[in-house]
Amino acid sequence: MAKKKFVVASFDDEANLFPAVEKTRKAGYKIHDVYTPFPMHGLDHVMGLRETSLHTAGFIYGILGTCTALGCMTWIFVSDWPQIYDGKPHFALPAFIPITFELTVLFAAVGMVYTFCWLCQLAPFVKKHIFHPRQTDDIFVLAVECTPGTDVAELERFFDDKGTVGVEIQDAEAGWWWGRFDKEQQIINENAVEVL
Amino acid sequence: MSLFKYESELREPLVKGSKSYHQITEDLVAPIEVKPGKLWYIGFFISLCLLLFGVISVYTEVVYGIGQWNLNKTVGWGWDITNFVWWVGIGHAGTLISAILLLFRQGWRTGVNRAAEAMTIFAVMCAGQFPIFHMGRVWDGFFVMPYPNTRGPLWPNFDSPLLWDVFAISTYFTVSVLFWYTGLLPDFATVRDRAKTKLRKLLYGIASFGWTGSTKHWQRHEALSLVLAGLATPLVLSVHTIVSFDFATSVIPGWHTTIFPPYFVAGAVFSGFAMVNSLLLIVRKMMNLQQYITIGHIEAMNKVIVLTGSIVGVAYLSELFIAWYSGNRYEAYAFFYSRADLFSPLGWSYWGMIAFNVLSPQIFWFRKMRRNLFVTFFMSIIVNIGMWFERFVIIVTSIYRDYVPSAWTVYYHPTIWEMGFYIGTFGLFFTCFFLFSKYFPVIAIAEIKSIAKTSGDNHKWAVSPVESKEPEVFAHEYAH
Repeated sequence: MAKKKFVVASFDDEANLFPAVEKTRKAGYKIHDVYTPFPMHGLDHVMGLRETSLHTAGFIYGILGTCTALGCMTWIFVSDWPQIYDGKPHFALPAFIPITFELTVLFAAVGMVYTFCWLCQLAPFVKKHIFHPRQTDDIFVLAVECTPGTDVAELERFFDDKGTVGVEIQDAEAGWWWGRFDKEQQIINENAVEVL
Repeated sequence: MSLFKYESELREPLVKGSKSYHQITEDLVAPIEVKPGKLWYIGFFISLCLLLFGVISVYTEVVYGIGQWNLNKTVGWGWDITNFVWWVGIGHAGTLISAILLLFRQGWRTGVNRAAEAMTIFAVMCAGQFPIFHMGRVWDGFFVMPYPNTRGPLWPNFDSPLLWDVFAISTYFTVSVLFWYTGLLPDFATVRDRAKTKLRKLLYGIASFGWTGSTKHWQRHEALSLVLAGLATPLVLSVHTIVSFDFATSVIPGWHTTIFPPYFVAGAVFSGFAMVNSLLLIVRKMMNLQQYITIGHIEAMNKVIVLTGSIVGVAYLSELFIAWYSGNRYEAYAFFYSRADLFSPLGWSYWGMIAFNVLSPQIFWFRKMRRNLFVTFFMSIIVNIGMWFERFVIIVTSIYRDYVPSAWTVYYHPTIWEMGFYIGTFGLFFTCFFLFSKYFPVIAIAEIKSIAKTSGDNHKWAVSPVESKEPEVFAHEYAH
């Protein structure tokens, strides 16, 4: 992946962030992402992001857990090793409920967390570019990607009256890579794309 | 008199003092970045000593066998299972605070959820050891797991409540860890981005999984937290219900009762909240977090304690009533002679349980008592002792005199190694907790920030001029 050019606007108040994001979107600029130190409810709608389907994935994992539990216990107790315990029948469905429930929850939870990490590209040793050192502290960061058609100077001026606390231009690798966190230089050293 | 016109004066600020977002980060990350105080070192050292005693006790039991414990032919379960049930119960408040109160949108959970979830995990770690070492041959412990095996068509018994326990506890532990850790990711990122030393940057970098605070990630994170909370809520009820099945599905007088599942769950929440109170009172003092763990938080937890304490009180009465009403003479014997008779060999434990669990928490009906730190700390210890008595009463007083009088054990008492194991788990619990409080953000930083503007002290002051306006003026000015 190559480096890209970004115009990074920082805000110290979410009250200024929301209208700025909305106006940036309306102006037709390509919003790369908005980084906030805590979840901002409604920001995803302002940015035009679609709802996550993580719930659906969780449901599917849960069903998988239910089937695994019921299927295994039924096969083991009815077919592989039919024995009568406690006077219960081989297919003792009520007695299977607790384990079925637990495995449903287990599959759903583990599956969802795994999917969450997969979708967000989160894992130990993953390194991503941090646009502002305080974006996980108290600064709200709006990163706009400069496409070949973007007038960077105009974009900078665009943020003048938006209540920002700083606007800067950054060349950054915005993807993710395996890396160490104590190194300042980036692992990928390709040249920035030409911006007209 | 309230400062505000339109907001209840009962709703006190959840974050005290005038805090900006940056100040919140400073306050909450500070304990990680500075050397711990004297109190921390003293506590940590004591915990390590207790842990060492536990290790020696467990070593003795493993090497010389389960005969090192004073279990006998009627009392086959003694301190070990008592401690198991007790520790599992302790864990429940953590999940309750983080999951159920999240679903109910309770803002006050944000100050206490992280520590409570950590408590859950450490408590379940302590709990799990008791059944494992109670097996005697601990090296064969993996036999409980169903897996395609080399032992012929030999599978564990899926109809057994003890096997349900295996699944319940391991699932509970896994889900609790996942819930806790996904919540920690953003806060680890905060610590990483502030880190001054290379080592800290590296370690918190690894721990934060590369979190950046992207909006899409937050959106998924919120969805994940909500669904995990939705999964953990029935899970917390199921775990202690299944633990109660260990007893309830048997036919032993004193155990064979249908009230056990709700009664165990209420008791678990009761003791769990007491333990959260003990820990938070220590942490807020040790880490100087009085402005984030406020008296309001403590009071809210004391309210839960008086509620659940009263529920277990009703359960005790129901049991006595049913013992009489059922007409089952064995049941009646277990309740009226082995337990409720103060002068029977173990009568002290029953009356200790009533005094500590039912009577003493009633003090929290008084607001002054709920908001008194000394009373709260004292009561949190009392409740935990009381709940230990309850588990002991249920287990030992039901079995020390069975159907055959010749087999009666007049008085069961534990050996030093049995007690040492229990004390050792305290060592493990507090060692883990002290390490947690040093190296992890004890309070969920991102979550506190998200409520700071609506429930913080400074916000409340900021809105007071608006609040003081006359309704007509207010309506006119804010109509558009």
